[in-house]
Amino acid sequence: MHGFANPARFLKIARWLTVPLLVGGLVVSTAAVLWGLTQVPPDRLMGDTVRILFVHVPAAWLGMGGWSAIAIASLVELVWRHPLAAIAARAAAVPGAVFTAICLVTGSIWGRPTWGTWWVWDGRLTSMLVLLFLYFGYIALSSSLAREGQSSRIAAIFGLVGAINIPIINRSVVWWNSLHQPPSITMGGSSIDPVFLWPLLIATLGFSLLFGGVVLARMRAILADIQAEARLRRKALQAEEALA
Amino acid sequence: MMSGLKPKHQRLVLVVVALVALVGAGLLAALALRDQASYFYVPADIAADPPAPGQAIRLGGMVENGSITTAADGVTVQFVVQDGQARVPVSYSGIVPSLFVEGSGVVAEGSMNANGVFIADNLLAKHDENYMPRELEGMTSAELREELQETVE
Repeated sequence: MHGFANPARFLKIARWLTVPLLVGGLVVSTAAVLWGLTQVPPDRLMGDTVRILFVHVPAAWLGMGGWSAIAIASLVELVWRHPLAAIAARAAAVPGAVFTAICLVTGSIWGRPTWGTWWVWDGRLTSMLVLLFLYFGYIALSSSLAREGQSSRIAAIFGLVGAINIPIINRSVVWWNSLHQPPSITMGGSSIDPVFLWPLLIATLGFSLLFGGVVLARMRAILADIQAEARLRRKALQAEEALA
Repeated sequence: MMSGLKPKHQRLVLVVVALVALVGAGLLAALALRDQASYFYVPADIAADPPAPGQAIRLGGMVENGSITTAADGVTVQFVVQDGQARVPVSYSGIVPSLFVEGSGVVAEGSMNANGVFIADNLLAKHDENYMPRELEGMTSAELREELQETVE
């Protein structure tokens, strides 16, 4: 693992990977969404509303996946003091929050015609909204720590503590009666007809590639920021010495 | 006590202990909320512990097949919500959601009246976890179940 601890080595790999991930993700997710919007038959009960599935479900998975990534990176940072872990956690927060917001908005748009309401305070919807607020808190905390030049350890602890919400979101529709339907895709199989399942899985692949590309691009930007700041500081120091 | 451990391992033990405590606390809280955090009561809950007439609750379950009738005024529908163990008659005046059909899930907001009828102020349709294209619609329920079984497998 410490082979990647060297930022120069990481940057070399990241530079090579970012563009393929972003372009590949864009192509795959556009294709899957177009397929879902135009080629898939309407659902027996929901009609055309079912097409929102191809955005809503990948967004929900990535919203939760983003926080899982933050939690794992936080653990690595706290225990192994890996220099890139804090940067990875910071980089995953914004795309994670964006996907969580997309999930909430598309879910609301789906809920109006399907359930007859934009929003209810059931276990699934509430815990997902809490996840969005956790993201806002994490982004505010980690960026203010970085701005002040302080250690990101507090943000890492927040990232780990917030992870308790992920299993709650996942189990909310099983533990409690909720308006949101129970999981369609479980270890045992899927109750989604293959005609919907395939575009859903491909959209998930495409969105995940995009997520990875955005995280790498943001990590590079953060590293470049740190480098630029260090260079400025060195220059200021040299200028001071020259004057003295 | 941990002086024999490398700092790295000491931190690992600390974080793992903290995580175990955290997950334990979360699970306990979730368990304690089990009854309170449910969005609705099912008919079996109503049968086991009848709510006071007039108390605002939500009732959820399946619309019993063949139970939907429209009253003479044309806007009041009566139906039965069941969960396989108990049944509750429901009366609702208003426009029903488009997914409200016999055999589908429903959540009704309202209260019980003195005669044991649930008077709903609002109806929400509950979608189940099955997603099927329309071509399967014409099938009989036995065929549908078979198709569903294949999909599940």
